[in-house]
Amino acid sequence: MAEDLTPPVALSGITTRFGTQCVHEDLALEIRRGEIVGLVGGSGSGKSTLLRIVALLDCPQAGSVRLFGVDAGTASAAELNALRRRFSMMFQQGALFSSLSVRENVALPLQEHTALPARLIDELARLKIALAGLPADAADKLPDQLSGGMIKRAAVARALALDPELLLLDEPTAGLDPLGAAAFDELVLELRAALGLTVLIVTHDLDTLWRVTDRVAFLGERRVLACAPVAELARAAHPQIHAYFAGPRARAAATAAGG
Amino acid sequence: MSVCAEPPTAEVDADRLRLSGAWTLAGFAAGLPEPPADLPVLFDASALSALDSAGALLLLEFEAAAPSPVRWQGLSPRTADLLELVRQRRTPAVGEGAAAAGCLAQLGRAAHYHWCELRDVLAFFGELTVVYARLWLRPQRFRWRPFASNLQSAGLDALPIVGLLSFLLGFVIAYQGGAQLGRYGAGIFIVELVGLTMLREMAVMMTAIIVAGRTGSAWTAQLGTMQVTQEVDALRTLGIDPYEMLVIPKLAALMVALPLLTVFADVMGVLGGMVMAQLQLGVSFSEFLQRFPQAVSLRSFLIGVGKAPVFALLIALVGCYQGLRVRGGAEAVGRQTTVSVVQAIFMVIVVDAAFSVLFSWLKI
Ligand SMILES: Nc1ncnc2c1ncn2[C@@H]1O[C@H](COP(=O)(O)OP(=O)(O)O)[C@@H](O)[C@H]1O
Ligand SMILES: [Mg+2]
Repeated sequence: MAEDLTPPVALSGITTRFGTQCVHEDLALEIRRGEIVGLVGGSGSGKSTLLRIVALLDCPQAGSVRLFGVDAGTASAAELNALRRRFSMMFQQGALFSSLSVRENVALPLQEHTALPARLIDELARLKIALAGLPADAADKLPDQLSGGMIKRAAVARALALDPELLLLDEPTAGLDPLGAAAFDELVLELRAALGLTVLIVTHDLDTLWRVTDRVAFLGERRVLACAPVAELARAAHPQIHAYFAGPRARAAATAAGG
Repeated sequence: MSVCAEPPTAEVDADRLRLSGAWTLAGFAAGLPEPPADLPVLFDASALSALDSAGALLLLEFEAAAPSPVRWQGLSPRTADLLELVRQRRTPAVGEGAAAAGCLAQLGRAAHYHWCELRDVLAFFGELTVVYARLWLRPQRFRWRPFASNLQSAGLDALPIVGLLSFLLGFVIAYQGGAQLGRYGAGIFIVELVGLTMLREMAVMMTAIIVAGRTGSAWTAQLGTMQVTQEVDALRTLGIDPYEMLVIPKLAALMVALPLLTVFADVMGVLGGMVMAQLQLGVSFSEFLQRFPQAVSLRSFLIGVGKAPVFALLIALVGCYQGLRVRGGAEAVGRQTTVSVVQAIFMVIVVDAAFSVLFSWLKI
């Protein structure tokens, strides 16, 4: 299996505007294969918007979005669809289909995109549910019967359904209990090790940043202010970054991580 | 992991099972590899080009089909990790969970459902009555702002559609009746026909049905969505009674709007009839209007308009009740909205029939 070196995500010159408000300006970011990159920044700094651009849900006003070497701006509809099967996104609120059980939610993309027999689809769905750390009896529950943390896990299970190469996570540990959040961190590491996943993760969870990320991209002043390992960022001189990593909670997380 | 993956294969080669190709979802697009008849206990994965969790699951099924514990050979570290992860986490499907429900269970479930529905209706009326009574004691708590906005959306905004449909209804009634009357040379009785039919029955019924479809459904969807997103619960925790904030203003607005809409529908319906009478029977507008006060008593008009608040109450109650009953997600909102419209129209027609019986009994 030859290692493919084209970066899964390469953004350059991204400019996004909502009306007169400019969210990103000439923003660049590159993520290497197998890397776990955290995306942080103050509230409203455009993290979710950037994630939607990477997920091909929104188009920036200017700039190029290259996923797995394919330029999304010039790709045909068929190429875009092929591209969409290679990544998946977990939404902040889960976005589970409310009329389907957890197992059916996970099975849906498999039914749509593969010709596997129902038995194997069912077992794969159960495997993904177990991989996401949900108990087996959650499989037949409807989304509105799940707790907030379980919804996050079910959403991850669905995102893993097609064995994506790139996983986009929007605040996956927000709303999880500390044990659940820690288990989620381990899950991300485990999945990366076993499936060779590349992960882009928007998070405010400093423990997650220290525990799982290889690099952290700091969004501020409408661009990526810095993209470096978290230990390096924590020492950065830029006032915004410094303020982010110098708070009492950030120091506690750094100490816990032995940083 | 190219788009055209090599097809996955499993072949017995002397003492070993030789695995090759891409054991991935993309690889399986061409078909699943079948386990050979006599599975050896040595699996050779050195020619395996790619593996994902679907492939791992299938390999584990092969492994389970082998006669004795399998030894692996040529697994790359990452593949071995993945296989081990899947081995630990897989949950073999248990036999279909709930056994097919028997007749008795179905009956029980239906009975339970209706029991719950009855209880919900009672709870709804109970809570509404309490809030209503409290409002009598402290009328300054009435919410004028939602009342006004509901009055606009349910009343003012409905004028064009109610007007147009009533006009057409009067037009059609005059057309159908006029042909018969004209044959007997009794064309002028078209005034009675159109006036009584529209004012006593059709205008109010038509308006109520339009409003049920337009406003009742919108309210069910609104309250249902608020229920799903826990906005109703949020109101409660903020110490705001959702009935006082959401239900009462709607009820009051519709009880004002529907009678007014009915009067408008009366006018438009009679106008439609007048136009047709002129076209078909040559009854001029002035003849029509001169005869109108003798032909149609004030009582007929009042009976028609008097039904409107009752219909308004029905539509608003059904709409709000079905909205607040929504549990679950988007699908439940849709289901409850349908139920709301069907129930409201059903009840409007049934109650209208009951009124007819009552009036004929009272000889009004
Ligand atoms: N669809 C939209 N229309 C207008 N403004 C938007 C829209 N989506 C996001 N914004 C604005 O863009 C900015 C960035 O939003 P977002 O990406 O959600 O921030 P965050 O970093 O907190 O996830 C915010 O100021 C937000 O108000
Ligand atoms: Mg956000």
